[in-house]
Amino acid sequence: MTSVLRRIGFALGLPIVLLAAWWFASAGSTNFFFPPLSEILDSLVEEWFGPRLAADVLPSILRLAAGYAVAAVGSVALGVLIGTSRAVRGFLEPVLEFFRAIPPPVLVPIFMLVFGIGDGMKVIVIAFGCMWPILLNTVEGVRAVDSVLSDTARTYGITGSTRLRKLVLPSASPQIFAGLRQGLSVAIILMVISELFAASNGLGFAVVQAQRSFAIAETWAGMLMLGLLGVLLATLFRIVENRRLAWYHGLRRAQRSS
Amino acid sequence: MLDVRGIKKVYEGKGRTVEAVRDLTFTVDQGELVCIVGPSGSGKTTLLKIMSGLLAPTAGEVLIGGKRVDGPPPGMAVVFQEYGRSLFPWMTVRQNVELPLKQKKLTAARRQELIEESLAAVGLAEAHSAYPWQLSGGMQQRVAIARAVAYEPQVLLMDEPFAAVDAQTRADLEDLIRDIWHRFQVTTLFVTHDIDEAVYLGQRVLILSSSPTVVREDLAVDLPDARDQLTTRSSPRFAELRAQVYAQIHRPKEPAAPEVPSGATR
Amino acid sequence: MTRSTSAVAPSSPSPAARGGAATSPSRQRRRRIPQSVLGLGGLIALVALVEVLPRIGVLPRRYFPPSSEIGSALVEQAGRAEFWQAVADTLQGWALGLAIAAVAGVVLGILIGSSRVTRELTASTIEFLRPIPSVALIPIAVLLFGSDIESKLLLVVYASFWQVLIQVLYGVQDIDPVAQDTTRVYGLGPWARIRYLTWPTALPYVMTGLRLAAAVALILAVTAELVIGNPGLGKLLATAQSSGAIASTYAIVVVTGILGVLVNVVFRWVERRALSWHPSQRGDIPV
Repeated sequence: MTSVLRRIGFALGLPIVLLAAWWFASAGSTNFFFPPLSEILDSLVEEWFGPRLAADVLPSILRLAAGYAVAAVGSVALGVLIGTSRAVRGFLEPVLEFFRAIPPPVLVPIFMLVFGIGDGMKVIVIAFGCMWPILLNTVEGVRAVDSVLSDTARTYGITGSTRLRKLVLPSASPQIFAGLRQGLSVAIILMVISELFAASNGLGFAVVQAQRSFAIAETWAGMLMLGLLGVLLATLFRIVENRRLAWYHGLRRAQRSS
Repeated sequence: MLDVRGIKKVYEGKGRTVEAVRDLTFTVDQGELVCIVGPSGSGKTTLLKIMSGLLAPTAGEVLIGGKRVDGPPPGMAVVFQEYGRSLFPWMTVRQNVELPLKQKKLTAARRQELIEESLAAVGLAEAHSAYPWQLSGGMQQRVAIARAVAYEPQVLLMDEPFAAVDAQTRADLEDLIRDIWHRFQVTTLFVTHDIDEAVYLGQRVLILSSSPTVVREDLAVDLPDARDQLTTRSSPRFAELRAQVYAQIHRPKEPAAPEVPSGATR
Repeated sequence: MTRSTSAVAPSSPSPAARGGAATSPSRQRRRRIPQSVLGLGGLIALVALVEVLPRIGVLPRRYFPPSSEIGSALVEQAGRAEFWQAVADTLQGWALGLAIAAVAGVVLGILIGSSRVTRELTASTIEFLRPIPSVALIPIAVLLFGSDIESKLLLVVYASFWQVLIQVLYGVQDIDPVAQDTTRVYGLGPWARIRYLTWPTALPYVMTGLRLAAAVALILAVTAELVIGNPGLGKLLATAQSSGAIASTYAIVVVTGILGVLVNVVFRWVERRALSWHPSQRGDIPV
């Protein structure tokens, strides 16, 4: 019992202290840029979790989900194809690394040129920006299948699609998940940036509107909202990853203690 | 059952040519347990990879049941030395053993039968739902053996399977192999660098030379069929056979063949 | 886990040793084109593709200039002083932000990582703050600093700091307990312990963290310039795009890509040098 309490104590201790410090330090604040925390939280609850949830937050999340999903599925499929052929891999790797090195937000002005300023553009930009880490990590994961495992599969006649499903994909999955994690960060960045340029709704759009009209408390609240979204998505990702990679974490633990 | 004819393997590197295996010729009859032993660098693993179809020889051929080996043949199971890397870590013990059986398109009922039988035979009846990394090294190797046995292979190849396992576990596993061989009557080829192990396990011992490798001797092991770690290993006949193998292996090398310059044909 | 290797372990000629597709042994004799040649071929093919597709109308010529136009725009940019000023501005913000983040990350990482209590206390806070996208800070950065360099630095430092911190935390936890006991036995004070034990152990992790942070820092620097308007390549890009100089826009995108590749290559090299003496016991973190 005490160990559970202890763990909760450790988990909440510092955050509570920091929040309290913020609250009290800003309580009677007349500083324009740093309003009292109470006002910010009011705005958060009333506006951002209120009407703006459906009007702005939801469209953003939907665009993010669409772009990320397309990128994830497409990149993993493409990555498997590329990764299994040494020649194709060698041919494409520098090109892919180049595209990956381009700072993703830089794509937004370009894509605006070609695709306009609608929802479609945003989804495409998100997809195009976050596909590279997923693709490259998939290629790397598929390439690095253990040689003994590969030989074992060959001797038992495991080839073709069975080999792909039972050997290559599971073996590559830790690396693929690393790529998916990086891709998610990029997707979130692009979700926000794409709305800063040309949008009529969205989380990024609304926060910038608040900032431009000097609604400071709302701006802070919007930033908190973005932060919460980031944390939520990261947590969801970790939950999914822990389930799919339970075997991998177990394996690493066993290796480290030997 | 297994017919190895004139296997030769030459590696061509950057400007250098290494003749790893010069000529390996021997046969193994149905149901025999033959051990292959040789010094380090004697191409034992090369031979095993060629026999299992994972590597192509420069010359010569391997026949299984009369059919030429060209790529991994069906009906052959291999147990590798690196047990930690030959079991699929994302599958449970049961799933690992079942995977090759699914390839053979057996019915679920038959697969179940084979899995239970083989896991029981290696003493892991309770470990069905464990993951390989939750097991000790010896147990992992047992799973690999169970997987090979459940496959009902015509030929079972084992590549120094106990080299990375501690001595006590090794003794248990050696007895396990004899057990399984008696029970399932599989033609078994056991590659090892451990002379004692080779004599203890085999009906015959093929002694290889160091590279360029040839078969130095094909020694019949006339120890009784029922073997025991304690009594067999302390018997005088065991000591004699062991000494004979040892002497063969450490015989002074014949003058080495001149290096074949790359590009020259033989 | 010991592994004995026989001296004649078949190595490169065997296709089975590669993790790739199952090839039959009889194909192993084909001579292999080196990867570098293939890679170069890929790049050339890309340039050729970008040259041809707009010309034959597959890509809209209006929005997608062919490589030759992009190339000449690039050359033209390279002849301008303001271009090089922009590059310098970007690199300045990048380097400064990276340095601040690195120092802060290392210092805090060592402080937090060296005691279990501090680690546990800060774990939840770090896990919460870390995934906050740095773009979320843009509004407050603009409010506080406008388009002064501080706003750019705020973004760059925030994003890069976490990369360094996380790696240093891994590194400090990787300290060999036997070595630690040795320092205690010989009565080394905390300062000496950091110098002779903590720092060398953490160094490879610091290098990895720097590499990751460097890439992130560049992205955020250019993003800040693009969105907030700090001087630099991002701002140059925004200007080119809004004034309709399309080929120049693409040219600047290419420049940022090249910059990103350079940063990556340099830091990977530095990391590999720093890691060359480290035993391969280091846990591999897929990055």
